[in-house]
Amino acid sequence: MSPASTLVVPRLHPKARLQRDDVRGRDVLLYPEGLVALNATGVEILGLCDGARSFAEIIATLEGRYGTTGLGPDVGAFLDGLAAKGLVTYGS
Amino acid sequence: MDPKPLWLLAELTYKCPLQCPYCSNPLEFAGPRFKQELSTEEWCRVFREARALGVLQLGLSGGEPTLRPDLAELVSTAHGVGLYTSLITSAYRLTKERLAELKQAGLAHVQISIQGADAGLSDDIAGAASYADKIAAYRFTRELGFPLTVNVVLHRRNLHQVEALIRLAESLGAERIELANTQFYGWALHNRDALMPTRAQLDAAWRVVQRERARLGTRLEIVWVLPDYHEQYPKPCMGGWGRAYMTVTPAGEVWPCHAAGRITTLRFESVRDRSLEWIWEHSDAFTRFRGDAWMPEPCRSCPRKAQDFGGCRCQAFLVAGDAGVTDPVCSLSPHRHLIDAAVARVERAAREVEEPAEWTYRAAPASRAIAAKGG
Repeated sequence: MSPASTLVVPRLHPKARLQRDDVRGRDVLLYPEGLVALNATGVEILGLCDGARSFAEIIATLEGRYGTTGLGPDVGAFLDGLAAKGLVTYGS
Repeated sequence: MDPKPLWLLAELTYKCPLQCPYCSNPLEFAGPRFKQELSTEEWCRVFREARALGVLQLGLSGGEPTLRPDLAELVSTAHGVGLYTSLITSAYRLTKERLAELKQAGLAHVQISIQGADAGLSDDIAGAASYADKIAAYRFTRELGFPLTVNVVLHRRNLHQVEALIRLAESLGAERIELANTQFYGWALHNRDALMPTRAQLDAAWRVVQRERARLGTRLEIVWVLPDYHEQYPKPCMGGWGRAYMTVTPAGEVWPCHAAGRITTLRFESVRDRSLEWIWEHSDAFTRFRGDAWMPEPCRSCPRKAQDFGGCRCQAFLVAGDAGVTDPVCSLSPHRHLIDAAVARVERAAREVEEPAEWTYRAAPASRAIAAKGG
C-alpha cells in the first residue's frame, strides 16, 4: 500500500454478512449468491473494519496485538481481494 | 466430510400472476401434488432444520412468493436463525411499504425478474402487464438499500435485447444481472421449439456480454448462464447431485433441484413426514446419484467427472428417458443426437420462416390440461 492509501477507511459493504458456520467449523462472509470462507485472522481484520479506523490504524492495532511489524502487505492483499468482489469499500 | 447443503430454495407457492412460457415450475403445478401449501409454522421449522444442517443461503421463491401474506414472518425467522435470505420475485404489485417491511424483518437481497427491455416485449412474454411494476420496484429496492439482482431468462424472442437489458440494469443501479439462457425443463421443455435461439443469436449476444463486461468492470456483475444445448460438455448441475443444494416445494416435498420432481423413477419425501436431515442423508431422491458410484460410461472413466458430475440427471431423464445415464448434452453421450436434432430443427425453421413456433403460457388451465394428458 502507498502512504496515501493507508489513510483510507475500509468498511464492510452492507450487503456482506459475517456468519459463524458451526457445521463446518469456520466463519464465512455471505453475500448475494455466494460466500467467502474466512480464517481467524480474516475475521479479526474485518472486526477492525468498523468504519472509523483507517487502514494504517488497523495495521497498527494488529501489529500491536501480535508484537510484530510488516503486516501491511498481507492485510492489504486480503482487503483488496474482498474489495474486488465489492464486499469491502474504501472510504475516508 | 460428507457433503452438507449450503443452499435452500423455498418455493413458497406456485401461484403466480405471470405466465412466462419458460417457467421452471412443474408442468402440473396446478395439480393436487402441490395444492396443500405448508403453514407458517412448517416453513419456520424447515428453516431452523436447514440452518442446523449447514444451509447458509436461502432463496424465497415460487411462483410468486409475495403472494404469501406471512412472508415477513418467514423472512424474520430465516434471518433470525442466520440464513442469508434472498427474495426472488416478479415484483408484480410489490409496494415500497411491503419491501420496507421485509427489510425490517431482515431480508438481505432482492432479485427481480424482467422479461424484456421494454414494456411491450416484457409484458407479452410474461403474459401480464407487469413491466411498470418491475421498474418501480427496482427503484424502491435501491432506495431501501438492498443489493439488487436483475434476472432475465433469455430465449429466441429477447436475445436481441441483451445490450438494452444490461444498460437498463446499469441505469437502475443493480449489483448484478443474471442473463440466464433458457434451460429446457418443465414449461421451457414443453415450449422448446418456440424458445430455443439460433446459434447466430447466441453468438451475437455473447459478443455483447464480453464487450459490456470490459466496459463495466466491477460496477455491474454480468452472469451469463450457458445455453447448454449449444455446448460441448454438460453443466456441473447444482454443483453435483445432493452435494450443496435442496429445493422444498410449496407442499413440502424435498428435491435435489427445482426440476427433479419430474423424475418418476425417484422416491421423494416430504418435510411433513421426515426431518430435513433424514431426507438429505437417507432419502432415495438425495442418495441415488450422490457421488460417482452410479455413473455409467462414458462418465465412469472420464477425467471430467469430478468437474461436471455427469451433468444433469433431469436432462438425462427428460431427453434420454433414464435419469442414470450421461447428460445427453455431452458430446460423448450416446444420446447426443437427440440434442443435435432439436437444435437442427430450430436452425432449419429459422431459415425457412420469420416467426418461431407458438408457445403455451404457463397458466393453471394449461397445467391441468397437460396433467390430464399424463404430462
